Amino acid sequence: MSDDGLDLRRRRFLTATTVAVGGLGATFAAVPFVGSLLPSQKAKALGAPVQIDIGKIEPGALHRDEWRGKLVMVVRRTRQNLEDLVALEDELLDPASEREQQPEYARNSYRSIRDEYLVMIGLCTHLGCAPTYRPEVAPDDLGPEWKGGFYCPCHGSRFDLAGRVYKSVPAPANMEVPPYRYLSDTLIEVGVGPEDA
Amino acid sequence: MIHAILNKMVAVPVSLLAWVDRRFPITKMWNEHLAHYYVPKNFNFWYFFGSLALVVLAIQIITGIFLTMNYKPSAAEAFASVEFIMRDVNYGWLIRYMHSTGASAFFIVVYLHMFRGLMYGSYKQPRELLWILGMLIYMTLMAEAFLGYLLPWGQMSFWGAQVIVSLFEAMPFGIGLPLAEWIRGDFTISDATLNRFFAYHVIAVPLALLALVAAHIIALHEVGPNNPDGIDINDNQDDDGVPLDGIPFHPYYTVKDIVGVVVFLIFFFSVVFYAPEMGGWFLEHNNFLPADPLKTPEHIAPLWYFTPFYSILRAFTYPFLGIDAKLWGVLAMGFSQLLFFFLPWLDRSPVRSIRYRGPYFRYALYSFVLAFLVLGYLGVKSPSETDLFLFNNTVWAQIFTVVYFAFFLLMPWYTKMDNDEDRPLPARVTG
Repeated sequence: MSDDGLDLRRRRFLTATTVAVGGLGATFAAVPFVGSLLPSQKAKALGAPVQIDIGKIEPGALHRDEWRGKLVMVVRRTRQNLEDLVALEDELLDPASEREQQPEYARNSYRSIRDEYLVMIGLCTHLGCAPTYRPEVAPDDLGPEWKGGFYCPCHGSRFDLAGRVYKSVPAPANMEVPPYRYLSDTLIEVGVGPEDA
Repeated sequence: MIHAILNKMVAVPVSLLAWVDRRFPITKMWNEHLAHYYVPKNFNFWYFFGSLALVVLAIQIITGIFLTMNYKPSAAEAFASVEFIMRDVNYGWLIRYMHSTGASAFFIVVYLHMFRGLMYGSYKQPRELLWILGMLIYMTLMAEAFLGYLLPWGQMSFWGAQVIVSLFEAMPFGIGLPLAEWIRGDFTISDATLNRFFAYHVIAVPLALLALVAAHIIALHEVGPNNPDGIDINDNQDDDGVPLDGIPFHPYYTVKDIVGVVVFLIFFFSVVFYAPEMGGWFLEHNNFLPADPLKTPEHIAPLWYFTPFYSILRAFTYPFLGIDAKLWGVLAMGFSQLLFFFLPWLDRSPVRSIRYRGPYFRYALYSFVLAFLVLGYLGVKSPSETDLFLFNNTVWAQIFTVVYFAFFLLMPWYTKMDNDEDRPLPARVTG
């Protein structure tokens, strides 16, 4: 083939535009495939709010429930627990809950709507293990300073009874407080906040 | 009469071969890749592992196909279907144990194959692409193993996937959570996740793996294999251009490799028949419990072939430079893999084989292997315990993480300090 009389600039332009338009087409073609991997409508529907009866929880006890396949922990804290939370603040990474791990209405010293009840996603913010509830004060394995809280068996992260993370543990943030609201004094709904209703 | 029949018996296949050859280059390929493919005559023990990797790949594909015939990729049925395979399917136990043992065997073989490459400088010019293709195979293999581990839907399957997928949540700029949801197809590891991991494990990743293996072999046959002396056999050729220290791959190494395969299969089936769980190293005890999204096992550890990297991930416990510890761990883990790709350029020594290299590289390599093994051991242990002496497991993991990274990051300097260019090299391969 002879190159005589060939307009190489035009050929380069045509090659470049073909590649660009083809690439754009390939990108659009990828949309349904990439999109099909997102949570399905059914999964979203199953992620609907759940109601939890908190009336039967004893003081100091933990209630476990499920929302969006995740463990929801509800702890009814005692007066002593609440006093201890205030005293702990120096040992915590984010005592004032500045990082957005809770809805605005739970950004307070007890990380809850009502002081007594802690509502929290029961997953460690490190790698998603479920921390164990350790309400006892100063057990052998957690040391004399322990005022009750959550201990992650996977990598040793510690949280207090408001789900606030201690300093110098692998977990980077306080445990997550889901959106929730009170339907009555003994019934909460996890998945919707008070202002979303 | 007899003579005529014998003549025909020879003539028909020969003419059939000629017929095929005019239409498909079968004789040409046979010669290029086997009969006239000249390889160094001095291959030692370490050169078995390439062909063994192919054997394990074949075992995994064949047993995998048969497992899919009875396995059900749904959260409700997966665990029970694996037990069904183990108890009720004829030879199901054998096929599944071959597959589970094959996974660990794959990594043993691949790690030894990679160590061979490190020892004899097989990653060096002109084999950089061969090395990179091999590393891509290794990464793909890790993805394959991780995806497959979810399928039995046991406690470790579930929580292992939960931990690894939540690593993506560490991604900054608000893309972490949506990305993790996109990977899972749900807000947590669920039926949707299991179903798609099954699709990746049996179709997508094996296809990529096969393509990469083909590319790896094509690249190998293009540049020719290295050897324990790291001397190029093509520097000494006879008048016909055949390397003096080369022998045709077939029949010499095909026969030798068959011996290797037989020995390998003796070990392989000893495990399959007598110790398929390997004391929890090949099949973890907790995985005999069905997945429970509401109950984390006391202790989560991946299978042994991931534990060195898991240790590196956990070794980061303090935030610094405004980046939290978790993200540092994830970055370090990714980096620990990525560095392998740069080995051909990090190593500044002109000499390939460790036989003719200086002490710095030797000790660096030994330290690296030690670090890899210790990190692997620590990865199955609880971080707060003290299983070695003096320090707890986290501190030891931190120490050996430094050793691990020093091997790569200091390599441009210590390989120069060895002054390998002044060391004598043999003109021809030895042995």
